[in-house]
Amino acid sequence: MEGKVLKISMLLLALAVLCTAVGVADNSRLKIATTTSLYDTGLLDFLQGKYEDKYNASVSIVSGGTGIAIQYGQRGDVDLLMIHDKARELKFVQDGDGLQRRCIAYNYFVIVGPKNDPAGIKGMNATQALKIIMEKGKADPNNVKFVSRGDNSGTQAREQLLWKNAGYNYSKINNSGPWYIDAGSGMGATLLMTNEKSAYTLSDTGTYMAYRGNLSLVPLIEGGNDLLNVYVAIAINPKKHPGVNCEAANQFINYLVSAEGQKLIADYGKDKYGQPLFFPAAGNCDKIGCSSAECAVPTNASCAAA
Amino acid sequence: MDEISAGFIRAIQLIVTLDPQVVEITARSLSISLTSVFIASLIDIPIGGIIQFHNFRGKRALINLIQTFYSLPTVTVGLLVFLLLSRSGPLGSLGLLFSPEGMIIGQTILITPIMIGLTISALGGVSVQIKETAMSLGATDLQVIFTILKEAKAAVIAAILLGFGRALSEVGVAMMIGGNIRGYTRVLTTAISLETSMGDLELSMALGIILISISLAVNLLLNRIQGR
Amino acid sequence: MALIEIKGLYKSFGKSEILNDINLDMEEGKVMALIGPTGSGKTTLLRHIDTLDQPTRGSIFFHGEDICRLSSKEKFLVRRRMAMVFQKPVMFNRSVYENVSYGLKVRSKENSRDDVLHTLEEVGLTGYESRSATTLSGGEMQRIALARAMVIKPEVLLLDEPTANLDQKSASAIDDLIERLAHGGTTVIIASHNMTECRRLANRFAILVNGKITRTGRPNDIQLDRGQYIGFLESIDPSDKT
Repeated sequence: MEGKVLKISMLLLALAVLCTAVGVADNSRLKIATTTSLYDTGLLDFLQGKYEDKYNASVSIVSGGTGIAIQYGQRGDVDLLMIHDKARELKFVQDGDGLQRRCIAYNYFVIVGPKNDPAGIKGMNATQALKIIMEKGKADPNNVKFVSRGDNSGTQAREQLLWKNAGYNYSKINNSGPWYIDAGSGMGATLLMTNEKSAYTLSDTGTYMAYRGNLSLVPLIEGGNDLLNVYVAIAINPKKHPGVNCEAANQFINYLVSAEGQKLIADYGKDKYGQPLFFPAAGNCDKIGCSSAECAVPTNASCAAA
Repeated sequence: MDEISAGFIRAIQLIVTLDPQVVEITARSLSISLTSVFIASLIDIPIGGIIQFHNFRGKRALINLIQTFYSLPTVTVGLLVFLLLSRSGPLGSLGLLFSPEGMIIGQTILITPIMIGLTISALGGVSVQIKETAMSLGATDLQVIFTILKEAKAAVIAAILLGFGRALSEVGVAMMIGGNIRGYTRVLTTAISLETSMGDLELSMALGIILISISLAVNLLLNRIQGR
Repeated sequence: MALIEIKGLYKSFGKSEILNDINLDMEEGKVMALIGPTGSGKTTLLRHIDTLDQPTRGSIFFHGEDICRLSSKEKFLVRRRMAMVFQKPVMFNRSVYENVSYGLKVRSKENSRDDVLHTLEEVGLTGYESRSATTLSGGEMQRIALARAMVIKPEVLLLDEPTANLDQKSASAIDDLIERLAHGGTTVIIASHNMTECRRLANRFAILVNGKITRTGRPNDIQLDRGQYIGFLESIDPSDKT
């Protein structure tokens, strides 16, 4: 009987190995870590398809908050980051984890809220608006609420920066009352929650537009320098993290900054949403505060490990 | 609540038209979880046998520990395995993170406590007299173990099916180790999670129904085997 | 030298003494009956001979070798030369055929279909091969257990109340069988409180009361003193009037 059990086991093992041979650990795959705000718009899946066809390559995209994306980068678990938080990007390159920043695209953050605008913030600038939301929210938390990403994301970082610019210590904002809701979620999920609660939140326009069909929230504060949202690609430094696929990362970055790539980005979403979700970095470098060395030009960092 | 009925309709649509994405995700879910439970069985059932049939100091404590781990949060296991497989972790050079193989390792680890623990229970449920009858008829230690396993067959199979169910329906490990990569490591549970957070509740429901259907089929199979 | 020599065997379990200074010899090819009420230690003694239990003190010599001092591998080899039928035997959850052939299978002697069927015939269960063993009656299970032990042709056959669940007719048939086995050279040790059976089968008997052997002898010795004998037995098993 033991013989029969052994034979059946061997057969099943062979079957299982065959099944998983379909997805053998493929180390030539380019691994990209990105933020939910970028991923949830569908732009990256779209670009992935074009890129894979053109270069006969395989791309893996993992999305999470900017926080975990940077972690993946620092651990060498991915080959490329696509994020949108300048302060952390600079530190990342400075620490030697990343090779170079490349500005790829931009759009704006937007403060969205209920159509009836209970806090009456329309027409103000971003920092003013947040201040009013807080004051009115503390006074009347049933009607005026703010939902925060609360997930160490790029959007979260911008929100904190805005509070700082408004003159507030962020640690005092969080937990200051039921008006401030810490969602701990990605952008899409946060928007849905904001919608549910008829609250205000800070979102990037890309995700907002992609979700607009499911929301009754409207954009209230748009545009302006303090709401500028620049997406940057950084290849992981093979000198510090041997084993990362630097050539593939550079090739992808170069595709993004190429005329073809920039056009795809500029056109994305036009037919579906009536307007583009992103603007290409190319030609807009000054506007978005990217130096010419970093803005929509191919990488020139060597992949040599030495 | 319309999402549920809409979900049913969408589920049937997806199944009948053999929607390629859904087929791919389902096949991957099954492949990964089946492989996990298979490997876990090969390792854990013998370990369960060895623990059950040997007396040693701390045996009771060990069994208690194993049973405590039955309900380990999948995200915690996911995190632990992530730290293990990450490039900057001890097994980093194997490059297993964000791959189906890594997910198999994670799920195998996840279901190991149940597999070992339930094997121990299954074997313990076999009458002591079976062991002695086998011994008195001249069976070697190994033959005795196999005989007891055979007597406990229904219970051991139940353990295997339970392990499979847990692997198939968990999210924490699949998400953290697999990364929910479209076309590569996305499985039913992580897809449901994504679609839900993106607001496509109907699709989410449909995938959930497909997942439940598989669990149902597995349970029917279990009943048939035990009913014998 | 007798085939089996038990010398100074003691078995304690916690505070209770289950076997108390057992000294007994069993001759090869003969039938030894262990007589005594429930709890007297008969089963424990049989288990010790089958190397399933380890005594607190004392020795059991088999072919001159003290089996209580052997390694577990060596004990295993001794066990393979014996077979035991337990009181209220358990069946493996398989067919009757698979149960009876179990001992042969573990010895890698699988191609003995004829032997198995013949043994089934001998215990009066012809045609039962494909039936599920766990669905049988108590009496049938008892006979399967006996067949299981017989088919491997052991040197020593240890029987714990082998006909306890059987009706008069079947019990008698089984006793015929045991008699035949003994004549064929098998050493039989049978624990029983069926006096007819013991008187018929045993070459020698030993009476066990509370873990001690109170008397040994030949069945013929007892018959001389029938009145005393019955009176003596009534004191240990009032229900047995045979």
